[in-house]
Amino acid sequence: MEPFVTLTGVAAPLDRANIDTDAIIPKQFLKRIERTGFGQFLFYEWRFTIEGDKIDSFILHQPQYEDASILLARNNFGCGSSREHAPWALLDFGFRCIIAPSFADIFYNNCFKNGILPIRLSEEQVDELFKRTESTPGYQLTVDLERQVVEDNQGLSYSFEVDEYRRYCLLNGLDDIGITLQQEDKIAAYEAARATK
Amino acid sequence: MKPRTLFEKIWDHHVIYEEAGKPSLLYIDLHLVHEVTSPQAFEGLRLAGRKVRRPDLTFATMDHNVPTADRFNITDPISRTQMETLTTNCKDFDVPLADLNSPDQGIVHVIGPELGLTHPGKTIVCGDSHTSTHGAFGALAFGIGTSEVEHVLATQCLQQSKPKTMEVRVNGPLPLGVSAKDLILAIIAKFGTDFATGYVLEYTGEAIRNLSMEERMTVCNMSIEAGARAGLIAPDETTFTYLQGRRHVPQGEAFDQAVATWKELQSDEGATYDTYVEIEATEIEPQVTWGTSPGMGTGINSLVPNPDSYANATDQTSVRNALAYMGLTAGTPMTDITIDRVFIGSCTNGRIEDLRKAAAVAKGRKVSPIVHAMVVPGSQAVKERAEAEGLHHIFTEAGFEWRESGCSMCLAMNPDILSPGERCASTSNRNFEGRQGRDGRTHLVSPEMAVAAAVAGKFVDVREWLKEPVSM
Repeated sequence: MEPFVTLTGVAAPLDRANIDTDAIIPKQFLKRIERTGFGQFLFYEWRFTIEGDKIDSFILHQPQYEDASILLARNNFGCGSSREHAPWALLDFGFRCIIAPSFADIFYNNCFKNGILPIRLSEEQVDELFKRTESTPGYQLTVDLERQVVEDNQGLSYSFEVDEYRRYCLLNGLDDIGITLQQEDKIAAYEAARATK
Repeated sequence: MKPRTLFEKIWDHHVIYEEAGKPSLLYIDLHLVHEVTSPQAFEGLRLAGRKVRRPDLTFATMDHNVPTADRFNITDPISRTQMETLTTNCKDFDVPLADLNSPDQGIVHVIGPELGLTHPGKTIVCGDSHTSTHGAFGALAFGIGTSEVEHVLATQCLQQSKPKTMEVRVNGPLPLGVSAKDLILAIIAKFGTDFATGYVLEYTGEAIRNLSMEERMTVCNMSIEAGARAGLIAPDETTFTYLQGRRHVPQGEAFDQAVATWKELQSDEGATYDTYVEIEATEIEPQVTWGTSPGMGTGINSLVPNPDSYANATDQTSVRNALAYMGLTAGTPMTDITIDRVFIGSCTNGRIEDLRKAAAVAKGRKVSPIVHAMVVPGSQAVKERAEAEGLHHIFTEAGFEWRESGCSMCLAMNPDILSPGERCASTSNRNFEGRQGRDGRTHLVSPEMAVAAAVAGKFVDVREWLKEPVSM
């Protein structure tokens, strides 16, 4: 997993609440057996017509957001299905950070497994970021995981909370399975104790 | 010892290792696997040269992609590849698999309980958010992503931060004609789709105690639609009676010993939850959703809401978007909404009791000529049982299609899919945009309400029909 330390990039405002994982990656694209290549299907039904034509008015198709690496959204982002294809699609499309007032649990967790940083800010703070993004062409944010702050070049600075252990793993790009297997003796002892009961 | 909640008892029993500032290492007793969220996990094991640690605690089936009309004729090559990949993976890693040829095949959350794999007190995971279903037995059961599927396959453990607990107290009995589905839809409509984010719910109260095992599964199934990590119901005689004699449940003396242990799985007197909510069961009426989120629902005798009646701007926008997508006008009575399709099935409402209740309403009636309706049993065992009871005749005589088991139109990863603009009364769990097919419009209801809608061609209050017998 690629470590996440700091990120400076364009923030794309997707002004909706309760964006579910069916919207992030529709089910017809879950049949692939690889982890890669899902970006082309991200928000598919909002990005393309039934005939497959690009919907130019969709926010991510507007030229100023083409290279966005940060996504702004409203509350309960990532609700619904547990499909990890959702963070895979976001990452493959180029997003490494999502900022919203709240996230659904499974999605939030899946992000950290894939080197994406989900950041919770207050509704007022997210509102302010929406305003600035929409009124400032080429508006960029810098996310610093080491210092736990989101900043712009106009003096805005919001600190955010993140679980200390998740932060550590993300900063170092650590693989969970490898970490857990360091406790192999304890797992085996637990299994042995259970078996004798 | 300090009084503990049911959740805390299960949690404590499964913690292998704890260290301050880190997630706990939690042992997993049962790992259910299906074809959609597992291929990349098995591939990860191969790449790292790892094995499945406990194939004996792992069980796989195929459900999401399965065609329900002609199940062996999988015309979509990508669906076929995904199912074949599961077969290969299960063979390579010694994981038991209920494939299309198996009488045990079915929706993963229907067959787990059916086979007796689900027990009180177990920790159960699956790469599927509706794993919360198994909490109906007093098991700690939750959905995980594919990285965690790989983690459990490799280690039989998960790194988990301890969630908070919330009691959902359901006071009083449910009125006649109001189902478990109506109860959970009403809870989500009242408290919202994210009120339980970060929490494990424990459902308590008279209405919950009165529910059958399968009704409890319907309630716990949709806990995820409230944002919950998991939903729990303490086991009781209803639970033990359901489990007795099932294939993977201890038999004879071992069963009695198991029951004695399971009886301890109650929240202790004086145990405290981090928070609680309560709802009066007696005030709930049959529910219908009108929007594109499971919380956007109301009683059958209400009106489609007005976006301007919501307090904040985000909600107003959400409701406006939802009504536009659903093709509905504010102020329309729910009973004026006509439908094109009916889907009865899914891990929420595809069990034998659901089909019995649906058949009781369908008996002697006819599906409206403007409606295309189908019944999809949740498993091959449910199908066999329903046919033994003659339910399939009731459905087909009424004009419903009778199908083979699978996830079907709940998420339309298979040929069962809505066409753009089609409006469906569905017993499934999600009414998201495009969930049942692009531009399809989903209204979530109970099986009884779905049948009534199929017959009337529009939503009706099924309680009116339960009062009077059908004139034959």
